[in-house]
Amino acid sequence: MYPDYMAESLRKVEQTRPKRLELARKSEPVYPLMNAEERQKVLEGFHPDYEPSARRAVCVGPNKGEKLTTEVSDLLESHSWLTSEQVDLNKPDIETDVLIIGGGGAGCNAALIAMREHGVKSVIATKLRMGDANTMMSQGGMQAAVSRTDSPTRHYLDAIGGGHFENKPELVKALTEDGPAVVKWLEDLGVCWDKEEDGSMKVMHGGGTSRKRMMSCRDYTGAMIMRTLMDEVRNHPDMITVKEFMPAVELIMDSEGKCAGAVLYNMDSEEFFTVKAKSTIIATGGYGRLHIRGYDTTNHYGATGDGLVMAYRAGAKLMYMDSVQYHPTGVSFPEQIAGFLVTEAIRGAGGQPLNKDGELFVFPREPRDIEASAIIRECVQNGNGVTTPSGRVGVWLDSPLIDMLHGAGYTERHFPAMYRQFIRYGIDITKLPMLIYPSLHYQNGGIEINEKCETDIPGLYVAGEASGGLHGRNRLMGNSVLDYNVFGIRAGRYASEYAKKAKLGKLSVAHLDAYEKQLKDANVKTDLVTPILLPSYAPKDVKKRQLVRGGNTLPGASVLQNRLHDDAFSPAGAK
Amino acid sequence: MKNAPAGVSSGSSSLQKGVEQDKAEESLITVYIMGKAYEVPAKATIMGAIEYAGHQIIRGAGCREGYCGACATIYRLPGDYKIRTGLACMTMVEDGMTLAQIPSVPAEKAIYDIEKLKPNVTAIQEMYPTVFRCVACGTCTKSCPQGLQVMDYVQAAKRGDIAAVMDLSFDCVVCGLCMLRCPAEITQPLMGIMAKRLYGRYLRKDSPELAERVKAVEDGAYEAEYAEMMTMSREALTKRYYARDSE
Repeated sequence: MYPDYMAESLRKVEQTRPKRLELARKSEPVYPLMNAEERQKVLEGFHPDYEPSARRAVCVGPNKGEKLTTEVSDLLESHSWLTSEQVDLNKPDIETDVLIIGGGGAGCNAALIAMREHGVKSVIATKLRMGDANTMMSQGGMQAAVSRTDSPTRHYLDAIGGGHFENKPELVKALTEDGPAVVKWLEDLGVCWDKEEDGSMKVMHGGGTSRKRMMSCRDYTGAMIMRTLMDEVRNHPDMITVKEFMPAVELIMDSEGKCAGAVLYNMDSEEFFTVKAKSTIIATGGYGRLHIRGYDTTNHYGATGDGLVMAYRAGAKLMYMDSVQYHPTGVSFPEQIAGFLVTEAIRGAGGQPLNKDGELFVFPREPRDIEASAIIRECVQNGNGVTTPSGRVGVWLDSPLIDMLHGAGYTERHFPAMYRQFIRYGIDITKLPMLIYPSLHYQNGGIEINEKCETDIPGLYVAGEASGGLHGRNRLMGNSVLDYNVFGIRAGRYASEYAKKAKLGKLSVAHLDAYEKQLKDANVKTDLVTPILLPSYAPKDVKKRQLVRGGNTLPGASVLQNRLHDDAFSPAGAK
Repeated sequence: MKNAPAGVSSGSSSLQKGVEQDKAEESLITVYIMGKAYEVPAKATIMGAIEYAGHQIIRGAGCREGYCGACATIYRLPGDYKIRTGLACMTMVEDGMTLAQIPSVPAEKAIYDIEKLKPNVTAIQEMYPTVFRCVACGTCTKSCPQGLQVMDYVQAAKRGDIAAVMDLSFDCVVCGLCMLRCPAEITQPLMGIMAKRLYGRYLRKDSPELAERVKAVEDGAYEAEYAEMMTMSREALTKRYYARDSE
């Protein structure tokens, strides 16, 4: 339940609702759309990326001198768990054709395609369980231009405009032209898409879409896709080996500079294992658990940007790593679910963001960075937010409109997860609005790829959120679900093709020593050791007591304990 | 809210700029994590409480938002004989609660070729025969943290009603609590996944426009327009973008 002091504001929301409902029923936008100048102004004024301390130049590696998100620069300027003399590469523990790092949507797609199209065996190495990935959590849907009023080229235009025309065109083409085939691929595997009576896809709007092209599986879209893909992967134990709780911590190279596998780390026994692979796919997802700028995140527990730092040390270039996506609608109240995702489909179905006076202040479906910035402006500059008992601020997201627009029962039928999430705290979203504020959601950039998922490093492929270039500096809703499918499939295809011909030279992790030397030469002082693997949410006093154990600042002792050391860079550590 | 996890209502949290922090003292309660007493914030979720206590969860946390089923938890409350179940990320602590996480429930997934199954009772009989051991006790339904009618979908499976299994098991997060509690040792969530796949593969109504669109792409129907837009100047593309009509 909302605290009593919010009653006045809630009453205003109710008062303005009939008029806003009338607006929503018309074909005109309920609030004027921003033009290019207005968009730029709200971004520069209020998007967290534009705060002065949000970016700093990284001083080592392929992007040296480029301004990146500060936390990303911190992440990259860190020590490896390993040095070359510690790793015995003479007899790899595991050998495979394709090594897939990450067991989310992209990784599972890649493994299935490697098997189906090329008869190639693969190993999926994943940090937590297979499916512990942001894929599992995507709620609202997947974009693909299937409807007759729509076209892949229109989808292209929407995506590239949403990304401020900075997206790599060949990647957006791949995304949008493969979209319809992905819908069919998933359906044939057994994904239950929401449908109209005649079997056509049920489609909705998302932010920045000019046609309804958001396809969904209620609000468990990602969970449905992920569970289907995982189930199919597990139907082929002879072709796909799944190693859970075995994250990669570094890539292995060969004497000619090709990627040749990775070193894995067993989370339970704390052992390291070497994998020799003809090609390697990084599908490690994003970095929400770095809590950039202190924001809450919608991301899963393991989203710590591991793939970025591994690839960077090996020499792969990053693209658009100065750009962070804050989802416009993270939960602001109740506190227990603060930061959790409220699917954009709520706005797609007619939900409206409102200030404390129950007034609209932005078109509900601007592209995400614009919408999020407008919400921050309404709270911070205009002081029109609602403050929660713990001191958060938020604006209303008027969900009761949805049943009024589409009929009673619609919300519970189409948004069961959302309904369930709030009713646990006594908030019935069919009767009361939700209180929301932007939440750290997505890594817009990543390791630069081309349309074959190739990187600067031969034999190294990247797919999904870990990759960069596709979304420019702003991703639209529903394009990441499509992304991990399209590029997971492509990575599986091209990495297998490559693996069939690849001949590896002598294995080496000498790049780690070279990187360490770069850090030294650049005079970087840090005790951060990466990949981070998992955030720590222990309170500060607990951490202090944990750190009594000495001599633990560099690799050699427990990886999980090492992670706790750096107080200056504290991805999750309480300050 | 600099760097505190969701799940712990710290009472002193706010990441958001320009908001005065509430310094109110947080009230603590006692919970027993695997039998050991810890003082934790009264308004924490179980997951928040475990982390507040200083545990580093490796197994037992995944999406942290109620979708992945990694954090199945069983607990009892003081003076109450009942074993209760919940997702640690979604369930609030209560004073005197004694709890343990069940991060993995042993279960054997059937290996099958979806192309060789039919969406009927035979598939259930062959792949998940334990379904027919159901004694209709309803323990599965009682244990479901999602509030699903688990027993009803088991019954539907026995009738070969794949559509009903799909519908009733749609929101299953595969936490495994039902199969842990089931006296007939059925693996409900796994059967549910197979049924959903059978529905999606065989019982869906085909989309008339989907096949057309896939073929149009294959036939290169959009190549010319792609080529045009990909070579356009940024100005021209910007103009086209802002001038586009909206549905």
